Amino acid sequence: MSILLNNISKNFGKFAALYDVSLEIPEGELVALLGPSGCGKTTLLRIIAGLETPDFGRVLLSGEDKTEQHVSRRGIGFVFQHYALFRHMTVFDNIAFGLRVKPRKERPTEAFISKKVHALLELVQLDWLADRFPDQLSGGQRQRIALARALAVEPSVLLLDEPFGALDASVRKDLRQWLRNLHQELHVTSIFVTHDQEEAMEVASQVVVLNQGRIEQQGAPAEIYDHPANAFVSKFIGQTNIFDLSETESNWLQRAGILAEKPQGIFAHVRPHHIEIVKAEEASGSPVTLKDWQHLGATIRVELFNPQHNGSGATLFAEMPNERFKQLNLNKGDRVAVHIKQAHWFN
Amino acid sequence: MTQSNIMPGFRPALAYTLFYLGLVVLIPLSTLVFKSLQLGWGEYLDIITNNRVVSSFRVSFGTSLIAALVAGVFGFVIAWVLVRYPFPGKRFLDALIDLPFALPTAVAGVILATIFQPSGMLGKWLMSSLGVQVAYKPLGIVVALIFIGIPFVVRTVEPVLQEFDTTMEEAASSLGATRLQVFAQVIFPNIFPALLTGVSLAFARGVGEYGSVIFIAGNLPYVSEIVPLLIITKLEQYQYAGATAIALTMLLVSFLLLLFVNLLQLWARRRSGQI
Repeated sequence: MSILLNNISKNFGKFAALYDVSLEIPEGELVALLGPSGCGKTTLLRIIAGLETPDFGRVLLSGEDKTEQHVSRRGIGFVFQHYALFRHMTVFDNIAFGLRVKPRKERPTEAFISKKVHALLELVQLDWLADRFPDQLSGGQRQRIALARALAVEPSVLLLDEPFGALDASVRKDLRQWLRNLHQELHVTSIFVTHDQEEAMEVASQVVVLNQGRIEQQGAPAEIYDHPANAFVSKFIGQTNIFDLSETESNWLQRAGILAEKPQGIFAHVRPHHIEIVKAEEASGSPVTLKDWQHLGATIRVELFNPQHNGSGATLFAEMPNERFKQLNLNKGDRVAVHIKQAHWFN
Repeated sequence: MTQSNIMPGFRPALAYTLFYLGLVVLIPLSTLVFKSLQLGWGEYLDIITNNRVVSSFRVSFGTSLIAALVAGVFGFVIAWVLVRYPFPGKRFLDALIDLPFALPTAVAGVILATIFQPSGMLGKWLMSSLGVQVAYKPLGIVVALIFIGIPFVVRTVEPVLQEFDTTMEEAASSLGATRLQVFAQVIFPNIFPALLTGVSLAFARGVGEYGSVIFIAGNLPYVSEIVPLLIITKLEQYQYAGATAIALTMLLVSFLLLLFVNLLQLWARRRSGQI
C-alpha cells in the first residue's frame, strides 16, 4: 500500500510538532523516519496510524483518504517502542488477539488461528515461547512477539516506533539485519522511526530526515549521505568537519585543497574519510599536529589539532583504514600535512 | 532457615509480625473463642440456629454483599472518571471521596436516615415517584453500606488504573478491536484483581458496620436487624456467652468468605500472568 501525506500540520498546545509535511512513500519500501528527538517523527508515524489526528492535511493510503478513519479500521500494523504487549495474556493469545477480535463473520476458526500463530512464531523464531507471559521474556523476544502480533492481521502497512530503541547494542544489530530480511521476504510497506542515523542507513531503502517538524530531505541512504540537501542533514548523517570561511584562514584551506576553485558557500562540510593525511616534511611548515586516535575496528579515527583556528576548524577528525594508519607510522604530536579530497558547501 | 534471600532480617521481621499479630489480633480473638467455650455444643447450636439470629445473619451478609457489588460498579466508574478525564473541580471531587472514611459513622447514619426517611428530601421523592421506601427497610442498610463501601473501591482501583499502560489500548485498537473489546479484553482483566480487592474490603467493612446502619435500618427483628446490633442487644442483657457465640460465628463466616475471595484473587492474578 502506498502512503501519501498532504500538508500535514499538528500542534500540541503552542508547540508545533509538524509543520506542513508532505510525503510520498511508494509501495513495498522500507522507510526510516530519521531525526533528533522532538523533531516530530513519532507524531508523524502516529498520524499515519490514526492514533493521532492532524490539525491540517490529509492522509491517503492506497489513494484513499483515510484521515478521519479510526485506527482499528485502517489495516495498519503498529509496533510500539515499549512493545505494549498484553501482559495478562500468553504470547500465543497476544498474537491471536487481532484475529479473535474480528467481526464474527470474518473471524477465522480456532484451528486456523492456532496454525497461523504458530507460523508467525516460527517466522520470528520463538515458537517455544507460546505459553509464556510477556513479563517472562527478554527485550529482544518481546520486540519480536510485538512484531508477530502486528503481522497476524496481515496489515498493508507496518509502522514501527523506535523498534530497537530499548534494546542493548548486540541484540539491536541482530534485529536490524533480521528486520531487513523479513521485509525482503514479506514486501509489506514499512515505516520505522529512529534517531540513530546508522540504523536508518543500515536498514532502510529510503530515509526521510526530519527536523523541527519539517522534512529536510528524502532519498536513498547513499543519496542522503553523498548529497546532503542542507547543513542540518550533512551534520546529522555521519560525522563532518565544519569550516567557517569567515573564521578560517583561506590560505590554509587553499593548501589543504578545498579552495582550488571559488568557494561555493560560507560553510564547508568535510567527511572524515575525505581528509587524507601524510607525514609532513620538515620544511613544509604545516601547522597541524596529531592529537590522538581511536580504533573503530576496520577504520581509525584520527584527531588533529589545527592551532591557527580558534573555532570551528580547530579540531579535525579524519578516518582511514587500519593498514594505512600503520603505514604512516604516526605518533602523538607529529606534524602532518592535510589534503581534503571533497567538501559540501552550504550557506 | 538459611539466609538465601537478598533482604536481610528475616528472623526479626517474622518475630515482629507474629508478636504484633498475637498482641493485637490473635489474643483478643482467642478470648472470643474461650468465652464461647463456656457454652456447651448444644447451647451454642441453640443460640446460633435461633430464628432471629439466622435472620440477622441473612440480613447482614446479604446487604453487605449487594452493597459491595453496587459499590464495586459505581466505585469503578468514579475511579475511571477521576483517572481518565480532566474536568474542573476534579481535585475537589477526589478529596470528597475520602469523606466517608473520616466522618464518624453515626453521623453518616443520622444524615442518611434523615434524607431517606419517608418524609425526608429523597425519601419523599422516591416514595411518590417510584413507590420505594428506603429507610427502615433492608434497602436502607444497603444504601448506608454503599456509602461506606465506595471509597474502598475507588482507592484500590484508582492507582491501578493510573499505572495502566495506555499503549496496550492503542495496540489493541490498531489490531482492529472495537472500544468495547478493548475495554472487556484488555483494560478490565488488568484492573479486575484490584477491583476484587476493593469489593472484598467494602464487603468486610459492611459486615462489621454498625453506626451508620442502625439509624436507617429500623432494626426490625427478622427483617432489618443486623448481627452487630444483635450482639450489642445481648450484651446489654448481660448474655455475654450468647453474644460471643454469635460474634464467633460471624467471625468464622467472614473469615471463610474472605479466604474464598483471596483464592479467587489468586486465580485471577495467575490467569492474567501477574504472578
